[in-house]
Amino acid sequence: MLAYIVRRLLYALPILIGVNLITFALFFVVNTPDDMARMQLGVKRVTPEAIAKWKAERGYDKPLFINGSAAGVGVLTDTIFFDKSARMFAGDFGRAEDGRDIAREIRTRMGPSLAIALPTFVLGLLVTVSFALLLTFFRASYLDFWGVVLCVAMMSISGLFYIIGGQYLISKIWKLVPISGYGGGLDAWKFLILPMAIGVISGIGSSARWYRTIFIEEISRDYVRTARAKGLSEVTVLFRHVLRNAMIPILTGVVVVIPLLFMGSLLTESFFGIPGLGSYTIDAINAQDFAVVRAMVFIGSVLYIVGLILTDISYTFVDPRIRFN
Amino acid sequence: MPLLRLALLSLLSLLAACSSEQNEPYPTAERGKNILYSAFTDRPKHLDPVQSYTEDEITFTAQIYEPPLQYHYLKRPYTLIPATSEAVPVPRYVDAQGGELPADAPVAQIAHSVYEIRIRPGIRYQPHPAFATDSAGEPLYRDLSREQLRAIETLADFPKTGTRELVADDYIYEIKRLAHPRLHSPIFSMMAERIVGLRELGTALQGEAKALPAGAWLDLDRFPLTGVTRVDRYTYRITLRGKYPQFAYWLAMPFFAPVPREVDRFYSQPGMAEKNLTLDWYPVGTGPFMLTHNNPNSRMVLERNPNFHGETYPCTGEPGDEAAGLLADCGKPLPFIDKAVFSREKESIPYWNKFLQGYYDASGISSDSFDQAVRLGVGGDVQLSDEMREKGISLLTSVRASIFYMGFNMLDPVVGGLSESTTKLRQALSIVIDQEEFISIFMNGRGIAATSPLPPGIFGYLEGEAGSNPVVYDWVDGRAQRKPLAVAKQLLAEAGWPDGRNATSGEPLVLNLDTTSGGMGDKSRLDWLTRQFAKLDIQLVVRSTDFNRFQEKVRKGAVQLYYLGWNADYPDPENFLFLLAGSEGKVAKSGENASNYANPEFDRLFERMKNMESEGPRGAERLAIIRQSIALLQHDAPWIYGFHPKSYTLGHVWLHNRKPTDVGNNILKYQRLDVAQRQRLRQEWNRPVLWPLAAALVLVAVLLPAVIGYRRRERGTA
Repeated sequence: MLAYIVRRLLYALPILIGVNLITFALFFVVNTPDDMARMQLGVKRVTPEAIAKWKAERGYDKPLFINGSAAGVGVLTDTIFFDKSARMFAGDFGRAEDGRDIAREIRTRMGPSLAIALPTFVLGLLVTVSFALLLTFFRASYLDFWGVVLCVAMMSISGLFYIIGGQYLISKIWKLVPISGYGGGLDAWKFLILPMAIGVISGIGSSARWYRTIFIEEISRDYVRTARAKGLSEVTVLFRHVLRNAMIPILTGVVVVIPLLFMGSLLTESFFGIPGLGSYTIDAINAQDFAVVRAMVFIGSVLYIVGLILTDISYTFVDPRIRFN
Repeated sequence: MPLLRLALLSLLSLLAACSSEQNEPYPTAERGKNILYSAFTDRPKHLDPVQSYTEDEITFTAQIYEPPLQYHYLKRPYTLIPATSEAVPVPRYVDAQGGELPADAPVAQIAHSVYEIRIRPGIRYQPHPAFATDSAGEPLYRDLSREQLRAIETLADFPKTGTRELVADDYIYEIKRLAHPRLHSPIFSMMAERIVGLRELGTALQGEAKALPAGAWLDLDRFPLTGVTRVDRYTYRITLRGKYPQFAYWLAMPFFAPVPREVDRFYSQPGMAEKNLTLDWYPVGTGPFMLTHNNPNSRMVLERNPNFHGETYPCTGEPGDEAAGLLADCGKPLPFIDKAVFSREKESIPYWNKFLQGYYDASGISSDSFDQAVRLGVGGDVQLSDEMREKGISLLTSVRASIFYMGFNMLDPVVGGLSESTTKLRQALSIVIDQEEFISIFMNGRGIAATSPLPPGIFGYLEGEAGSNPVVYDWVDGRAQRKPLAVAKQLLAEAGWPDGRNATSGEPLVLNLDTTSGGMGDKSRLDWLTRQFAKLDIQLVVRSTDFNRFQEKVRKGAVQLYYLGWNADYPDPENFLFLLAGSEGKVAKSGENASNYANPEFDRLFERMKNMESEGPRGAERLAIIRQSIALLQHDAPWIYGFHPKSYTLGHVWLHNRKPTDVGNNILKYQRLDVAQRQRLRQEWNRPVLWPLAAALVLVAVLLPAVIGYRRRERGTA
């Protein structure tokens, strides 16, 4: 397994370089270093002299990819791309354009993001799998029919509607929990319960429908008939046999997401005032903060690759026939 | 039925727990305390006084740092009063030979203006580890190693703090920091033109910064600044080139607040910046408040500075202040509140709802909640809605010291220049774009149509017929009435574009508007604008682009028409009229005159006006020059004067001493809370509705036996 992981990590290197290159090119197609300077220095009373100083201070006065005036490897290394990208592979994200340490910011914001995303993910998985199994249990009945209709309706509704509706009903009308905010320690639960509930409910429609399809396909297999013939209860059949054999497609969609939970959720964090990583990238794009954008894209890519590797590994746990080769 | 009993018990426990304010977003320990709750939308980028320039930032910095001057909280027009200084400095003027000149000396003779500022002795800084000393009086936390810093994450982790007296050197140090090459002060270039020696200091510091290792401390005291000198422990002197009466306003901004040398050195230690231990993150001042918690992603907390030198609430104001209860606290010591908690609210809906629940003490009104908060009377008067009145919420409105306008690029061959034909074309467009309708449709009436660059409250702004724009309005029955469309058409024809077509070639007149708009809401505005142009049979082409490209086009003069706005830095007409000065031309001089308007007559008047004081014997003369300048601008119409926005803010009944202000930002110390009333009303407004929880529990209690029964039957069968 170790050799497999090492091999996959080595494959990841060119992918990360490519992602970094594309991010860099896309960012600088839209923004020039002058634009970045103006954004940081403000729009009032900014002189060309101040812009030149800002660029020189941060190394944005160099060419983007090729430095024709440099000698030797300096042609490639004495450029903005090399300056800003090489350090990331050593885990040094540097400072945001406003001078703040990016790694520290990420560490600070990761906790709140995970506090929402992790329980929402686990609870959501439990609820949707259980709901899908319930529909499977009552398959071809009115309950199943209306359950599927409900799923379609729920997946057709925008996530924003759940958030605003939830805040309106639970916090504004019923006044049961705060509308938004975040607190540490024991106070955290009252801020987390509503976004978690909304996260779980808003995810039920699409996931439950997908899982139901998998379970329905699985339930018609011979081993299920055998299990029933042995006299096992329907609950046991569904949870112990059907669920286990339907794990591969579920894992394919689920495990890859786990590392990305660190990245948080833009909409939820924004509406609930959660100081997580979700809005960090968007704020950085709006502020034309290339240092943060490239760091977040890089971390996102790394986490996605890790997620794919974990998915492959998880297959071997649920299906012993799968080998690392 | 043990299950039912359990369900009932749970319900009762829940009811007991949910007695009141379950939705309170603050720790229970804060209940009943003298804490003001507010919100911010955009995180402040800089809290270092030398860099901070935006409204988001000054909300915090103005409460912490104390420049020598401040604005009187209640008086209007805005009046400068001392903050840490003993008096508002009166400049001395000297000629090129160093000879003293009288106050009314001709500007041409004045080589230098000298401001001598004496600060009050005994003012002390907030507690801070940079001031902590050992028994020998040496700084305790200087030259810290990375190892020593390992356990330190925030300023609160330093076990000891100290303080010291404010001295003149701290102000001098901050002025030198304007030239610091790593800090990029937005006003450096402008001040380098004024303060003697600042530019030279900048050059010297740049050379030194290059020679030093990256991030190493740059000791500014090693570099002299000839124009800023220490007179004695409490007095310093600033020498400016020429005459610059507006400089006094700058002395009321955080750019000129004191920064102690030891604080700068403390924060420059290796390893500090990685932990966000910088002046940009943890400001240090002598003001009424200090920043004790800074998480700009979620919550920032200002607490009362225990070393604050003391100040009392003003006893005078403008007429009407007494009736409004704004003088009730006359002479009482400031600040009134102990703490201010600012929570980050990125979305308007949660912000608004928390205000209605009493969890924010004041709020603006977003367009989403406008109808819920306010209703417009038949005569256009603004009233609070019944819901707001029932809650005792009060509304404060004020016209902001800002202007939004549509500018013409005066370098453009079609709409620019000062020829009679292009002037008439611009005048026709000024008439046809109905600003009153725009304000009514798109701004819920929150603005007044502008007649010149000057907003109300700024010296030179005139009410009534004298302040009307005769090019655009007729004065009928005591009010301004926009000129009829026929007048605009006539002007257009005289401009050589009868019925929107070129009188010679017959080509239609097509004008291009460059804008950064592009969203759904903006489309309706632009459609409306296109219809305004269509009244004159002029085709408007809207060229939407992103902000960067828009700025670039304006810089290069590659626009024909554009939209921009300006917020006052200080309450002086110079701060608005300079936007049209030839010396500020965007293309030629990289200045702030985006229209590239250059009228020698206006420039001459502006040069005279900008060096005059509004008060005193030459005030009347200055007013006359401003009126002449405005008449010229109204005739030349380089802008279509759009509107001055009105700010609407709501405040709860328990929040006292609120008065809108645009330039004085250190307002937190004047705010007073009735905490008991707030607590009582919050409880009343936030009683939880428990029946949904009870219903859910009953449902569980009913379903659970059924599930258990089913399980038993299944097991029995197996």
